Amino acid sequence: MIQVAATHRLSIDCEGDIIAVRRRVRDIAELRKFDSFATAAITTASSELARNALVHGGKGVALIEEVTDGSRLGIRIVFEDEGPGIEDIPRVLAGGYTTARSMGLGLSGSKRLVDEFALESTPGSGTKVTVTKWRRF
Amino acid sequence: MSAHSQIPILRIGSTLLVSIQIDLHDAVAEAFQADVLSAIEQRGTTGLVVDISGLDMVDTYVARILAETGRMAKLMGTSTVLVGMRPEVAATLVRMGYGLEGVRTALDLDDGLALLGHVIARR
Ligand SMILES: Nc1ncnc2c1ncn2[C@@H]1O[C@H](COP(=O)(O)OP(=O)(O)O)[C@@H](O)[C@H]1O
Ligand SMILES: [Mg+2]
Repeated sequence: MIQVAATHRLSIDCEGDIIAVRRRVRDIAELRKFDSFATAAITTASSELARNALVHGGKGVALIEEVTDGSRLGIRIVFEDEGPGIEDIPRVLAGGYTTARSMGLGLSGSKRLVDEFALESTPGSGTKVTVTKWRRF
Repeated sequence: MSAHSQIPILRIGSTLLVSIQIDLHDAVAEAFQADVLSAIEQRGTTGLVVDISGLDMVDTYVARILAETGRMAKLMGTSTVLVGMRPEVAATLVRMGYGLEGVRTALDLDDGLALLGHVIARR
């Protein structure tokens, strides 16, 4: 069972908030002694998902949780927005697809950077992406 | 020398050297690209070295800005080398499926300047 040890809620309303989210994630990962590769991975995924919430969702929130499953320590982050949602989830997860003339590697790339990835989206009502990175011992 | 981006641009002969130490976001990125292009235009510039050893994270947004800057410089006759990428940044970018194809890279400033010398001599 997963227990939440601490929770940080950050809103994503402008570009500066994307930087604030990824800095907070980096600081937590460093404080919790994640190695530099795991820290870069979760920080980069956070930056991608926060940018998606802002650019594609209009605005959103990031809920950063310090979690443990009894034996491991992890960081779980939920990115949520009430934007237009995603019609074709398999297509955006395959990578290389974008509606913003950017690279289309944010979702597919983030998925590869974390240990657990869940994307829920309802066209017309919003998107929720949950990622977890566990610390390796 | 920098007009508005807060990222200093140094010149060594015909080579420009920029070291990115701050988080790039839309406003900074555009100003940075404008500053670099203006500096290239000023005097016979042939090479540009971009040092990213100060960046602990390069997401696809930042990667795109870096790749774009190299392409812009190229259109003005300047060759670009990206130096100082940290190991965890290289690993993260490749895992995301973006190897910065089309961007010349070198381990550090010394190697970057040497590579630039070869590239410019060959063209
Ligand atoms: N939070 C979101 N709300 C609505 N659409 C989204 C969201 N996140 C991603 N998308 C859609 O998925 C596509 C791919 O996203 P991503 O892989 O991050 O690439 P990019 O952001 O470069 O387009 C986006 O272009 C957009 O159409
Ligand atoms: Mg994206």
